[in-house]
Amino acid sequence: MRCAVIVFPGSNCDRDLAVALEAATGRAPAMVWHQETDLPAVDLVALPGGFSYGDYLRSGAMAARAAIMQSVITHAKRGGFTLGICNGFQLLTECGLLPGALMRNQNLKFICKDVVLQVETNASPLLQGLIPETTMTFPIAHHDGNYFADSATLQRLEDEERVAFRYLDNPNGSSSDIAGILSENKNVLGMMPHPERVIDHDLGGLDGARFFEQLCDWAAAA
Amino acid sequence: MTLKDGVLDPQGRAIAGALTDLGFEGVEGARQGKVIELELADQALDAAKEQVEAMCKKLLANPVIENYRIEIS
Repeated sequence: MRCAVIVFPGSNCDRDLAVALEAATGRAPAMVWHQETDLPAVDLVALPGGFSYGDYLRSGAMAARAAIMQSVITHAKRGGFTLGICNGFQLLTECGLLPGALMRNQNLKFICKDVVLQVETNASPLLQGLIPETTMTFPIAHHDGNYFADSATLQRLEDEERVAFRYLDNPNGSSSDIAGILSENKNVLGMMPHPERVIDHDLGGLDGARFFEQLCDWAAAA
Repeated sequence: MTLKDGVLDPQGRAIAGALTDLGFEGVEGARQGKVIELELADQALDAAKEQVEAMCKKLLANPVIENYRIEIS
């Protein structure tokens, strides 16, 4: 399983994500600077959390138009696995690979805390090793995590089993408690919570390690 | 850029609440948008409008949540 982590100016979870992917795959991911135009041959492209371009204009808006994103979009549209965490999720909605938008948190506060997520589906190689209706605890750390989509889009996400995770106790006002969603082909996953921050027992827990291990195992086999 | 109807605006709601708290009566709602002022090289009005329209579509506005209006002077 070969992975790439895209690095934008203002990314701050890129190295955590690289450590998590290396732990799960046994291979260090390629770190790709946003000004590159070509991706190395990889199975998974991961977009990290952070504050690309200082969240100017809209979170993820500038990064979504970075040079490397043409190749990321081509990779995703060809069915290549793509994972966006936090700012990476915002970016995936901004570039149109996932529907909806991430708005300012309902209480207007930056929220940094652990949240309990319910797994909603495992109908994707990125989630296949998880058990629906079980829970995982990941931290969130965002100001703009309030998922919005119009009611037709929300209905379509439900009908097509594309809600990946829901908050048990909605922290930010997200429509339908949505914490993560899948693309139509289920090869693109965007989520606000940070699994890469819980891959060590001494640093908060192992739910993230479990998430990345199953993701990398199933995606490699797909 | 303004938020589309039906898109919840937590910041607008906080603004309306703050105005009410200050004693301004009858504030039934507030919607927060943003203005971007561009300085463009001299060109025909139509061409400028077309160019800014393209900018809005490509970067400045997010059509999922925002409407935009262009004024040229």
